[in-house]
Amino acid sequence: MAKTLPKVDIVTVGVGWVGGIIAAELTKKGYKVVGIERGRERSTSDYFFGHDELRYSERYELMTDISKDTVSIRHNMKQRALPMREWGSFLIGDGVGGSANHWSGSVTRFLPYDFEIYSQTVDRYGKAKIPQDMTVQDWGITYEELEKYYQMWEATSGISGEENPHPGLPKFKWPTKPMMMTPIMELFKKAALDLKMHPYISGSANLSEIYTNPDGMTINACQYCGFCERFGCEYGAKSDPTITVVPVAKKTGNYEIRTHSVVRRVLHKDGKATGVSYINTLTGEEFIQPAEVVVLSAWTFGNVKILLNSKLGRPYDPTTGQGVIGKNYTYQSTAGKSTAFFDQQFNLYAGTGALAMAADDFNGDLFDHSELNFIHGGQIKLSAKGDLPIKTNNVPDGTPGWGREFKEKSLEYTNKSIAIGASASCMPNRYNYLDLDPTYRDAYGDPILRMTFNWTDQDRNLVKFLGEKTAAVAKQMGAKEVKQGGKLKDYDSTSYQSTHNVGGAIMGADPETSALNNYLQMWDCENVFVPGANAFPHNSATNPTGTVAALAYRAAEGIEKYLKTGGPLV
Amino acid sequence: MGDEKQAKSNSRREFLKNSGLAIGGLVVGGVVGGALMGKNGQQPAVQEHEHAAATTAENYNQALMFFNQEQFKIAEAAAEVIFPKTESGPGAKELLVAYYMDHQLGGAYGLNTKEYMSGPFYFAEAVPEQGYQTHLNRQQIFLLGLEALNAEAAKRFSTKEKADVKFYDLTEEQQIEILKDVEDDKVKLNGAANASMFFDLLKGLTMEGVYADPMYGGNKDMAGWKMKNFPGHQMNYTKVVTSKEFVKMDPQSLHSQHKQ
Repeated sequence: MAKTLPKVDIVTVGVGWVGGIIAAELTKKGYKVVGIERGRERSTSDYFFGHDELRYSERYELMTDISKDTVSIRHNMKQRALPMREWGSFLIGDGVGGSANHWSGSVTRFLPYDFEIYSQTVDRYGKAKIPQDMTVQDWGITYEELEKYYQMWEATSGISGEENPHPGLPKFKWPTKPMMMTPIMELFKKAALDLKMHPYISGSANLSEIYTNPDGMTINACQYCGFCERFGCEYGAKSDPTITVVPVAKKTGNYEIRTHSVVRRVLHKDGKATGVSYINTLTGEEFIQPAEVVVLSAWTFGNVKILLNSKLGRPYDPTTGQGVIGKNYTYQSTAGKSTAFFDQQFNLYAGTGALAMAADDFNGDLFDHSELNFIHGGQIKLSAKGDLPIKTNNVPDGTPGWGREFKEKSLEYTNKSIAIGASASCMPNRYNYLDLDPTYRDAYGDPILRMTFNWTDQDRNLVKFLGEKTAAVAKQMGAKEVKQGGKLKDYDSTSYQSTHNVGGAIMGADPETSALNNYLQMWDCENVFVPGANAFPHNSATNPTGTVAALAYRAAEGIEKYLKTGGPLV
Repeated sequence: MGDEKQAKSNSRREFLKNSGLAIGGLVVGGVVGGALMGKNGQQPAVQEHEHAAATTAENYNQALMFFNQEQFKIAEAAAEVIFPKTESGPGAKELLVAYYMDHQLGGAYGLNTKEYMSGPFYFAEAVPEQGYQTHLNRQQIFLLGLEALNAEAAKRFSTKEKADVKFYDLTEEQQIEILKDVEDDKVKLNGAANASMFFDLLKGLTMEGVYADPMYGGNKDMAGWKMKNFPGHQMNYTKVVTSKEFVKMDPQSLHSQHKQ
């Protein structure tokens, strides 16, 4: 029998960026917040032995224990979905701070075009430009409306970067100066300028200098140690919730975090949530936490799974196109990457997760798509993350995968091979969606989430185009050999691509076609807010964290309004 | 030995100095700052550590926790084919990769403990993009694979003079021939696992054993890192990262972080 606890103002399901932002903003206003987190407490003191590639990068130290909960995967509705048994194409973290403990720290804002993608595409190219099953839609919010929330989070995190010089994009400055420029970034910059592109040092949550944020929290300067993405930062130099919003919320005395606790259901009655039920995985005890407002702040998959298992909102049905929970699951392809091989040796072991030079010339609708067989685009980017020896063994095309020649070539090209990356936007498709798996269960007896997803012609055409662009940059940089990317086959859950899984409980202007209004409040349940990447109706080309965080600040404002006035906010 | 000791304490001083430069000498935060700064935020004197034991000391890590002797010999030979000794430096055998494999397979990784191992399993129905779908754990797959290597060796290369030839008795060319067929699933393991699953595991563990921190049992004396000019665990690259010249330095393992 579950024990019912005293009611609080707000309960958040998960304590990552979203849970932390909601907690900081609302505890500062005097509201009582409880954060329920499935993982453990985490802090910089966990990372004294952090420079361990095997433990963190290969064995996924900071990722959720997938033995307890996973997703099942299939390419289409005819196939049997089978569970992802080990981590692969994406890596989801847990513990206080969530996936932000191991993130690279790459920060962007989505493009103004993203938020009005349907209207702008129809305006510029006509309705026929959008293929029949591409369920692309406007977000119900504009860039201008979201801008102040972007700024709030960037100030909290102290993001470092250079102003984006592209004439087609809004001008804004980051709170701290750009990261250092490495020789390969200089090479990329020169090549991109030669090709009439607009390169810039992109936004980074690994900070260029020591920074104190508006809440008085200090974030340290990055040491470029090379152990960043998939690792925690022992210096406290990579902005994450454990060094920003979480301690700010704790300091108010209005915040309590319960770790090792897995939420199974949002409890609701007569169209309103009453709280959540959860299990403490250390003691096995079950609890009910009543609350005025429930915020789902887990990963995309966790949020959608809890909604479906709670029977909250209308589940999406791809055969009719009706319903919203599970709709418009999208991802991001990195297959447009080309690899450049040089004679010269660079210090590629040095670097950090978000140290990069990017160009948006082939992103969004910043180029003409009239003669192209896709919409949107991708970002071209050269990263200096720090090459690690198990992971980075680049060899030119035609080299065997093991043995003498592989050894010699992989050694020769260490510190001499550079990836020119391209992350592609991903448009929704009627048949790419999330629902509950009919067979497989998590460790607590609940159905796991089922992903039905494959790349579409839109993705394949776009990625091929990006492969040509990245190869051109590589050649312009003076590479003696280029391995051109751009081939996108069936979605492969086994090889890492990105942890940018979005959609499934999307925002919009119409309750018929979206789950959430533009305050991230559920249309069908006014005291439930779901401000994660699940809210994206499609995926833009770049890293989603800035937009997730901006939506969280927007939701925090909405929750405060709701607690004062009640009712639907839109 | 004396020079090495000097180099190590220098690098620690260098780190403190560089951090000061990088962040204005104000605060070194996080866990590292806490460990390196004294209680009052003062920088403590850099300790001159006792130097590591003599190089002739026994490596107590060279013992088996999972393989039997025969399995170890096959694994060692197969790893050496994947990553052979060449003029660039040592191969898997000298780097103690087979010990690394033994230790990894003997523990959590070999038993797939942090992975979703609930049934039902649809091994035959799964497409490769769905990832492994077998009820077998890595220990079982690896041992089946090692058996298959010996079985193939005996089948293909036994002679009248010598029956029951072992994989480790073969020439490198013969070993490559077998491993290629294992990689391409031209060799059968059993109905619940493909030979290529064993091969991927063999290759993955070999590369890890060459390049993982030496505390795991392979990468002997950081020789894997030295071949790659990988500096291992360093505190800071704020100067290196902008340097146009290639900066070569002696690698450090995590052991350097934990000397009492």
